[in-house]
Amino acid sequence: MKQLLLLSGKGGTGKTTVATCLIQLSQAKAYADCDVDAPNLHLVLGTFENHSTKPYYDLPKAVIDPDLCTECGLCHQVCRFDAITRNPYQVIPHLCEGCTYCAHVCPSEAITLEETVAGTIELHTRGDETFSTATLKMGSGTTGLLVTEVKKQIKDKAKFAILDGSPGIGCPVIASLTGVDLALMVAEPSLSGISDLQRVIQSARQLHVPACVIVNKSDVNEELTGRIRRYCNEESIPFLGTIPYDKEAIAAINSGQSLLERGGPASEAIRAIHHKVMKELEAL
Amino acid sequence: MKIAVLSGKGGTGKTLVSVNLAAVADKGGYFDCDVEEPNGHLFLKPSLIGEEEVTSLKPVVDMDRCDGCKVCVTACVYKALAYIPGELMIFDEICHACGLCTYLCPQQALKETKRVIGTIRRGERGSLSVHTGKMRIGESTGVPIIKKLLKKLDDDLSIIDSPPGSGCLVLETIEHADYCLLVAEPTMFGAQNLALVHELTRVMNKPAGVLLNKVEDGLNPSELYAKEHDLKILASLPYDSYAALESSNAELLVERSEKYRTFFLELLKEVVDEATLAAQR
Repeated sequence: MKQLLLLSGKGGTGKTTVATCLIQLSQAKAYADCDVDAPNLHLVLGTFENHSTKPYYDLPKAVIDPDLCTECGLCHQVCRFDAITRNPYQVIPHLCEGCTYCAHVCPSEAITLEETVAGTIELHTRGDETFSTATLKMGSGTTGLLVTEVKKQIKDKAKFAILDGSPGIGCPVIASLTGVDLALMVAEPSLSGISDLQRVIQSARQLHVPACVIVNKSDVNEELTGRIRRYCNEESIPFLGTIPYDKEAIAAINSGQSLLERGGPASEAIRAIHHKVMKELEAL
Repeated sequence: MKIAVLSGKGGTGKTLVSVNLAAVADKGGYFDCDVEEPNGHLFLKPSLIGEEEVTSLKPVVDMDRCDGCKVCVTACVYKALAYIPGELMIFDEICHACGLCTYLCPQQALKETKRVIGTIRRGERGSLSVHTGKMRIGESTGVPIIKKLLKKLDDDLSIIDSPPGSGCLVLETIEHADYCLLVAEPTMFGAQNLALVHELTRVMNKPAGVLLNKVEDGLNPSELYAKEHDLKILASLPYDSYAALESSNAELLVERSEKYRTFFLELLKEVVDEATLAAQR
C-alpha cells in the first residue's frame, strides 16, 4: 500500500482542507486522521454507513494502595516524572509515564500498574471506503502510540491511502511519518512558516521519507512564496504548486461542503496539485 | 500573573497574540513553549543574554559486563532496548530516561550519561525578558524543555505561548498558568478544537476567556460555541490582509499600527482584570 501523509510543521496552513480535496480527487479508499490531539477530518467527509469503536489503552499507570503503603518514600525518590506526591503518597495520573520503577522499588508491594483508557479509536466505512480516526481523552499524553493504532486500522485496506497529519515535529509526527511513502508539506508564506517547514523537512529526512512542498495562501506574501520555491530548488525538493487565499475555503468548511464542489481559485489550484502529487507517488 | 495563550488548533494566531501582548506589556516575561516550532523570537527579536542546553539521561552499556540476561529489555515498557547476541541496542529517541534499566541490571553493566535534547535561549527586548525553548529535531518529547523553560517564571506578568493541540505538551504549559487565553478561528475546525482546549482548561480547573481571531462576515462557529458554553469573549479581531502581511514578515502589529497598539493594550488590561477577578474567587 502506498501512503501519502500531509504535514506542515506550522499549524493552520490548510492540511485538512487539502487532504479532503485529495481524498475526493484521487478517490482514495483508505484515509486516516493522524492529528489525534485536534482531529477535524471527520467534519468534512460526509456520513458513513458503519461505525466501530474500541478503547485505546495508555501504558498502565501506577496506583498506590494506601493500606499497604508504609510511607517509606522510595517511590517518590526514584520517580523521574514528579508523579508521586508525599503525605499522602499518591500518583498524579497525568504525570505518570508508566515506567514501573516505583513498583520495582516498593518494599511492601503497595504499587500496582493499572490500565487506563486514554481515548477511543474509531473506524468508519461506506462501500469500499475506510476511514480511521481517534479521540484522545482529556489529560492523556501518549499521542504517538495512538497515531500508530490509527494507522494500523487502514493498513493494506487499499492500494493507496491518504493520512492527515498533525502540526509540530514531536512524537505524533514521528509516529505518522514512520513507514509512509511520501510527505506532502503544506507550507505558508511567512517567516514563521518557513522556519517550521525547514524543521519538519529535516524530521522527514531523518526517517528517510521523501518530501514535496506546496504553498497555501501564497498571495498573502508573494515574496516569501518565492523564497520557499527557491529553498526547495536548492534542496532538490519537488515544489508542486501554490494555492491562493480564498474565502471559499472557510465557507466550505462551515457549510460542511467540499471546496471542490464550491469551486473557485483555491479549488482549481488543488486540482492541478493533485495530478503532480500522484505523479510523484507513481515515480517512487 | 501568568497568562497561557492556547488554541487546540494550530495557526489560529497564538504567537501573534502572545508576542503583541508581551510587546505592549513591555515588562515581565515572554515564554515560547512551542518547543517543536518556536517562532516568537522572530517577532520580538531579543538581544541574546544566554543559551543553555537541556539534557536528558540515557543508559549506556558496558558490553564487557553485559551477560545477555535481558532483564533490562523485558522491564522497559517503552521498548527502548533490544538484545541481539553480542550487542545490547539502546534507542535514545524512544527512551523516557526513567532509570529503571540501570537500576535493575544485575551485572551493573548500564550507567546513565547526559544527552542534549534541546536548548533554551534567554534574551531581552527592553525590559521584557524573552525565553525560547527549542527541541532538537528527531526527539519525541519536548516536555523536559518546557519544564526547564518555565522554572524562570516568577510573579511578574508572564505570557506563555503554548504549543497547539491538547496533549502532554499543552498540559505541561498550562499547569503553571493563572489564566488561559484561548485563540479561535471562525471555522467548524476552529470551534471543534476550541471545545477540546476549553474542556482541558476545565479539567485543569483554570479560568479562561476567548479571543475570536480572523473574523469574517458570516457564520462564526467559534463564537456560537463560546456563547453556548458560557465562555467569555474577551475581544474579536477581524481578518485583515494588512495584518496578515505584516505578521508573515514577523513584524509586531503594535509597532506598525496605532490601531493595533490600542487593541492589544486594551486586551492586556482585560486579560489581567479577568485573571485578577478569577484569583479572588
